[in-house]
Amino acid sequence: MKRKSPATRFLISLGVGAFLLIASGHVDELRAYQGAQVAIYAIAIASIVLLTGYSGQISLGHGALMAVGGYAAVIAQIHWHLPYPLTFLIGGIAGALAGYVLGIAAARLRGPYLAGTTLALAVGLPSLANQFHILGGEQGLQFDVGTAPTWVGKDFTQYRWFFWVAVVMALAIFWLLRNLLSTRYGRRWRAVRANPTAAALTGIDIAKAKVLAFTLSSAVAGLSGALFAMLLGLVAPLAFTLTLSFTLVTGAVLAGVSNLGGSIIGAIVLVAIPELSNAVATHLGGSDRVTANLPGVVTSVLLIVTVLLAPNGPKIPRRHK
Amino acid sequence: MTTFFNTILVGISSGSIYALMSLSLVLVWRSTRVVNFAAAGQAVLSTYLGYEAMSRLHNYWLSLPIAVIAGALISAIVESFVMRPLAKRSKGSPVESIAPVIATLGILGLIRGIAGLVWGNTFLQYTSPLSSKGFMIGHTTIPFSPLNAAIVIGAAIVLAFFAAIFRFTRLGLALRAASFQPEISRLSGIRVDRIRTIGWAFAGAAGALAGALVTPTTYLSPNSLDLLLVSGFVAAVIGGLESLIGAVVGGLVLGVGFAFILQYIGSEVTFSAAFIILIIVLFIRPQGIFGRGGSREA
Amino acid sequence: MTLIVDHLRIQHGTITAIDDLSFAIEPGELVTIIGSNGAGKTTLLRALSGLIPTASGSASWKGQSILGRRAEDLVRSGIVHVSEGKAVIPELTVAENLELGGIWRKDKTDIALATSEVLDLFPRLGERMKQGADTLSGGERQMLAIGRAMIARPDLLLLDEPSLGLAPLVIEQIFSAIDALRQRLGLTVVLVEQNAISALGIADRGIIINLGKFVTSGSSASLMSDPTLRAAYLGF
Ligand SMILES: Nc1ncnc2c1ncn2[C@@H]1O[C@H](COP(=O)(O)OP(=O)(O)O)[C@@H](O)[C@H]1O
Ligand SMILES: [Mg+2]
Repeated sequence: MKRKSPATRFLISLGVGAFLLIASGHVDELRAYQGAQVAIYAIAIASIVLLTGYSGQISLGHGALMAVGGYAAVIAQIHWHLPYPLTFLIGGIAGALAGYVLGIAAARLRGPYLAGTTLALAVGLPSLANQFHILGGEQGLQFDVGTAPTWVGKDFTQYRWFFWVAVVMALAIFWLLRNLLSTRYGRRWRAVRANPTAAALTGIDIAKAKVLAFTLSSAVAGLSGALFAMLLGLVAPLAFTLTLSFTLVTGAVLAGVSNLGGSIIGAIVLVAIPELSNAVATHLGGSDRVTANLPGVVTSVLLIVTVLLAPNGPKIPRRHK
Repeated sequence: MTTFFNTILVGISSGSIYALMSLSLVLVWRSTRVVNFAAAGQAVLSTYLGYEAMSRLHNYWLSLPIAVIAGALISAIVESFVMRPLAKRSKGSPVESIAPVIATLGILGLIRGIAGLVWGNTFLQYTSPLSSKGFMIGHTTIPFSPLNAAIVIGAAIVLAFFAAIFRFTRLGLALRAASFQPEISRLSGIRVDRIRTIGWAFAGAAGALAGALVTPTTYLSPNSLDLLLVSGFVAAVIGGLESLIGAVVGGLVLGVGFAFILQYIGSEVTFSAAFIILIIVLFIRPQGIFGRGGSREA
Repeated sequence: MTLIVDHLRIQHGTITAIDDLSFAIEPGELVTIIGSNGAGKTTLLRALSGLIPTASGSASWKGQSILGRRAEDLVRSGIVHVSEGKAVIPELTVAENLELGGIWRKDKTDIALATSEVLDLFPRLGERMKQGADTLSGGERQMLAIGRAMIARPDLLLLDEPSLGLAPLVIEQIFSAIDALRQRLGLTVVLVEQNAISALGIADRGIIINLGKFVTSGSSASLMSDPTLRAAYLGF
């Protein structure tokens, strides 16, 4: 890969952003909603790519970390009346804190234990949210970020506005992560992933590198959780199921697990599959059953086929100099 | 005092089910070094097949072995058609340990989806003829019911059967040898690939029995056994992941522990308790209670 | 009825571990293959027993090609490999390790007979049948590994450095047991060794390899009496 400077990357992001935002004026609400979905999934998948692809750890519980971010953002709004851009930040910080604790545990756990523990988290945390009054129980809590501000134009629809917010956040995050991964932290993570023993011999503190990767990944997941809550208009246990966690892992695998840019492709696939299989389902004169389950079947088959055909992910991990 | 005693009884009943699921995970872990997250899906599918058998034969006791055999077959198919080719392909690659986990997630999703397509996402009842009303002792009803008793007995029979196979038969020796030293096993003439498939089949049978025994106490849906998977995993970790006896003891310990929490603290914390128990065990004794030394036990 | 290896080449990725190696061994012969660390001895045995693939050349036993067949099947046609480093399963008992040797065989009476022969040869194993193999000493483990192989009733026994890491006295015991076995049963034995003195002491012939290539071969006596070979390859 050719090295681009942070400034070049910034300009590229700006260009992509401008294009998307102009394009968003020409599509209907559903597409705008889906566009926002893609942006949010892309951020969430990037958090997994960061963790698995760059530091070799696995998490089946990132849906739960999204929940942490989502709930934190909503609570910050309800109780502290923070403006919503700040609540996203709170979501990220909450994710980072949870991830730090989890990361300390994770750094000590070998593969199967880490996978199982994060799975337990994914199953357990949302059901825990049910129990606490402050978290709104089964119904969850409303998250109202309001309509678009007037300075962007009068006929700005709700989802178009969400799309804007999500895209701006996504571009910012990707820009930050790209730059971060070309610093020594990124190089350390790759070294740890490629060969832990050799990395330790060169003086890298493996545990520390892993905890840091987990924390950062969780921060990104938390932030995407807050955005997810914005799009749904609420946080509730049912929004952050085990299926969400698995979906993210699927997206990361489809993205080619060591490829940050691939997150976007993974996200597009994840959003497109239900859409396409819905079309197929209706074409088949589909019942609710088909509509409800076909996407899951297609995604799972895609996941299995991908790991079987390309266990390393669709792309060979890049060797950075 | 009677409450205390009853709590233990109820705990042993649910613990037997965790023990079976934990055994399922440990059998797979030992034979192929994979934590099989698809176990929840496999067990759900076999339970649906048991449900179908039941609705045709109108007999729970006949449907039970059908579910168990189906579970064994499903598991053997998963191993031969997905896990084995994957292991050969990802050997030596940096994702060697991650790819199988992801594949089991894919299988879990696929099975859930298929179950949803075929049986819908509604809650079905797979009922056993046994009463879930507690036994009467004198004039008081205790929480331990005939259904609980059947669960304990059924699990005990299967566990004894497994123990006998592992300890006393050539097949058991081959299963143990292949899990510890595949290469020496091959050089001793053991067809390790086939033995692994059999290991998975046993695991599938254990998981299927867990599903078919627990479902009459709740309901059946494509993801109704997810929590059982987590409990089974925690039980397996308590037992050290390598040891079959550990898996069973881990299950019983967890069952009794849950029962006490339920009885004396309340249902709302059970799940977080499982998570906390898991973290504590992993920090204090990552090798589990039966890790190391105990691995020679069948 | 011979083991014939013809222009065999074996690769580990880009490393050529065995390079154009040819030799033949007569039935009932005990031949030792001598080479220093990294010479390719283990690689050769692993290919002959079906554990790893070869790049080119051929190898046959009793007129049938043995390349491309699986290890677990070659055992059934009489080729038994005692792999490097005291090949026992520490998690199993001594008795279970021995049982493993005959696990694929139907003839239970002969298995019992073979087991009692092994225990006659290595009485120390008999005293430790119920113990875990992890409690055995290095020498006892090597005896157990060879004993397990014998219960499979091999025609061709492939031994990978049985002397590795053992005390001289124990090496002597093990080598005299190997010698006794082939005298009594008419086994064909390929004995891979770095310990040239002990190996040539019981072998009919020796083949010296270095960096995967054939160096020379000859009767044990002729190899031992050649001063240049002794200095360069035999280490004494
Ligand atoms: N699995 C492997 N991968 C790569 N190289 C190997 C492997 N096994 C052996 N080698 C190389 O092949 C050569 C021969 O090794 P080996 O057969 O073990 O020698 P010996 O048994 O004579 O000591 C050595 O250079 C060794 O480094
Ligand atoms: Mg060697």
